[in-house]
Amino acid sequence: MQEFDTPFWSWYIIILTVASIVGTAIFLKSQMTRRLAPGEKAQEMEHKWDGDLVELNNPLPSWWVNLFWITMIFSVVYLVLYPGLGSFKGILGWTSFGEYDAEIQEAKAKYDPVFNQFMGQPVEQVAASGEAREMGQRLFYTYCAQCHGTDAAGATGFPNLVDKDWLYGGDAESIKASIANGRMGVMPALGAALGDEGTKQVANYVLSLSGANHDAGMAAAGKAHFDTNCAACHGADAKGMAAMGAPNLTDKIWLYGGSEKAIAESITKGRNGVMPAQLQALGEAKVHLLTSYVYGLGGGMAKVEQQPAPVEATAPEDAAAAEAAPAQASPANAK
Amino acid sequence: MEATTYNYKVVRQFAIMTLVWGIVGMLVGVLIAAQLIWPALNFELPWLTYGRLRPLHTNAVIFGFGGTAMFTVIYYVVQRTCHVRLFAEKLAAVTFWGWQLIIVLAAVTFILGISTSKEYAELEWPIDLLIAVVWVSFAIVFFGTVIKRKTPHIYVANWFFGAYILTIAVLHIVNSAELPIAFFGGSWLKSYSVYAGVHDAMVQWWYGHNAVGFFLTTAFLGMMYYFIPKQAGRPIYSYRLSIVHFWALNFTYMWAGPHHLQYSALPDWTQSLGMVFSLILLAPSWGGMMNGIMTLSGAWHKLRTDPILKFLVTALSFYGMSTFEGPMMSVKTVNALSHFTEWTIGHVHSGALGWVAMISIGSLYYLIPRLFGREEMYSMKLVTTHFWVATIGVVLYIAAMWIAGVAQGLMWRASNPDGTLQYGFAQVLNAMYPFYTIRLLGGLMFFAGMLIMAYNVWKTISVGKAVDNAPIPAPAHAHA
Repeated sequence: MQEFDTPFWSWYIIILTVASIVGTAIFLKSQMTRRLAPGEKAQEMEHKWDGDLVELNNPLPSWWVNLFWITMIFSVVYLVLYPGLGSFKGILGWTSFGEYDAEIQEAKAKYDPVFNQFMGQPVEQVAASGEAREMGQRLFYTYCAQCHGTDAAGATGFPNLVDKDWLYGGDAESIKASIANGRMGVMPALGAALGDEGTKQVANYVLSLSGANHDAGMAAAGKAHFDTNCAACHGADAKGMAAMGAPNLTDKIWLYGGSEKAIAESITKGRNGVMPAQLQALGEAKVHLLTSYVYGLGGGMAKVEQQPAPVEATAPEDAAAAEAAPAQASPANAK
Repeated sequence: MEATTYNYKVVRQFAIMTLVWGIVGMLVGVLIAAQLIWPALNFELPWLTYGRLRPLHTNAVIFGFGGTAMFTVIYYVVQRTCHVRLFAEKLAAVTFWGWQLIIVLAAVTFILGISTSKEYAELEWPIDLLIAVVWVSFAIVFFGTVIKRKTPHIYVANWFFGAYILTIAVLHIVNSAELPIAFFGGSWLKSYSVYAGVHDAMVQWWYGHNAVGFFLTTAFLGMMYYFIPKQAGRPIYSYRLSIVHFWALNFTYMWAGPHHLQYSALPDWTQSLGMVFSLILLAPSWGGMMNGIMTLSGAWHKLRTDPILKFLVTALSFYGMSTFEGPMMSVKTVNALSHFTEWTIGHVHSGALGWVAMISIGSLYYLIPRLFGREEMYSMKLVTTHFWVATIGVVLYIAAMWIAGVAQGLMWRASNPDGTLQYGFAQVLNAMYPFYTIRLLGGLMFFAGMLIMAYNVWKTISVGKAVDNAPIPAPAHAHA
């Protein structure tokens, strides 16, 4: 077995274990005495402590001794049948890995056909099926609700999936890519570059984009900073860019909060949004069902031809684009 | 000149602090039980969050209440059964102040979020070092007293105390081996275990399980072996049984730790060994219960009228129950259902409240009047009230957690026809609220019992007078 580097440690375990059980048995046997005859009184030991503490010497209760034997016999049988004695595998050949694999195989045989029945249908059609929606919801409760909520309305830092606002696109293909391969939404920290005053100005400019209360003077000053530092990802019109997951800043939807303080924090410290990839754990069929479920929550939309990313992209953009690229080339995406 | 009286001062100090830490620890327990129902009770203050209060609760009740109770009883019993005054009394005083300092430091550091995150070994390395010093001093006082004893034989309670002191020293030192990150330019208050990965888990649960085994079982069996025969006025049932279960218990307990890691990254063979030795542990564990209960033969009628005996014997019943439950839960099939559920919490509290707390409370009711020159407690009626409030409290607590745990385990594994989980995490949590509420009620009752006790002890002390002249009698021979 791979747990042992050398046979020495296996034998060390075997000898120690067998000696322990046999030793315990010998000890118990050596302490078994005859039962008291009816009416016979147990012998009193010849010690006395603290005035009145004395001991009788009754024999071991026989039911107790039997219980002891039963547990020891059970243990010996168990260690013959199952792994326990060093690298001896046990005559049943059981392993926890084996048990896991068997259960997975059984589940696959039973459940795969149930999930696979929807594989051939396009997302839009699956989303319309009541049965698929129920299955999708159960999957969603199990794998997604922890972050996105059972109602899928999200929470701070976790996107709402029932509205029409999408960071990476709301068409079937984009949703599936998000689920299958995960997403890394990275907003770089700009606090050092902008300084306190600059951050405040940009925050106010961002507030102005959606018509929220803001300081007009600050906002005006912030625009220049925005154009230099933010527009590359969020776009000159600040309507975001799905290719990078850069949010639209002109709507009133905020992933990390829309107060001046929250926006300033996003700018200063940056944000790191991680959606974990699910394809490997769940497999194609479940990802397909989940995609259809999320698509059908009310936010799903037809595919729009995306604006190609500006050719004269700056260096950091390239890095981000490269990060997003594997997601697009993944098998889940290639129909 | 040889001392002619026992040192009761250190015993009194520890006895009072046992009560104080019991109340503090259980109050925190009640608070976190309430937080599970009303999370807002952390008042959005980091110091009062569940994650910081939970280790405070466990450490305050195990090491604060339980540990202090053991110091009390060991210093009393070892003197009286060896017929000598404590060895190295100044060192005994050091153990008192040192142990209190440790508990205060534990409370402060946990609230500040300073923790190693190893269960029941959360204290950071400076406090770990302090524990080692206090514990070695404890060992010197105890074994020194045993060595200078006037009796030819060592009384059975002292075997258990000795095993407790030695084993806890080994467990604490091995499991707390840790590297302060200060050596690498980090904080002076953070360390990491020297063991990595599954080795760390194995060492941690070897420690964790034996903390239960030796801190909360072996030690308290020693307590039982003094106070039950004393209070019942009957000889111990079987010297032979005490020998067999003493050695079998201590030997077998050491193997059982891996049952905390069933179906984990631990190799299969290790898990199996943990399981089989946990099963073998059943009879040795029950040996102590049998010996205690059979000691009452001929004195059963006293149980009707004597509330102290009620505490001691009920404690043994809970002990028997939880030491049956433990081996059962170590069986892989059962563990697959019970692990990570509230069942474990129920199991722990049937041991901690039912056994450890009740035997300690009974023993304190025996001790307090003797330490303060009274015939008995100020009000024996209140002792009876305490007994019933505490017993009903424990029963509510563990019954609620059993049902909750089994329901939780079954809900987690329930699946739909398509193989998906039938219940989401939040749905299972929702089903727990009624049980959490019953548990809180049970905990509140047990806590209320402690307050009744505090009042009774206060009144007893205020009419009593500290005894410092208890004479040491010459050891007697049974057939003299």
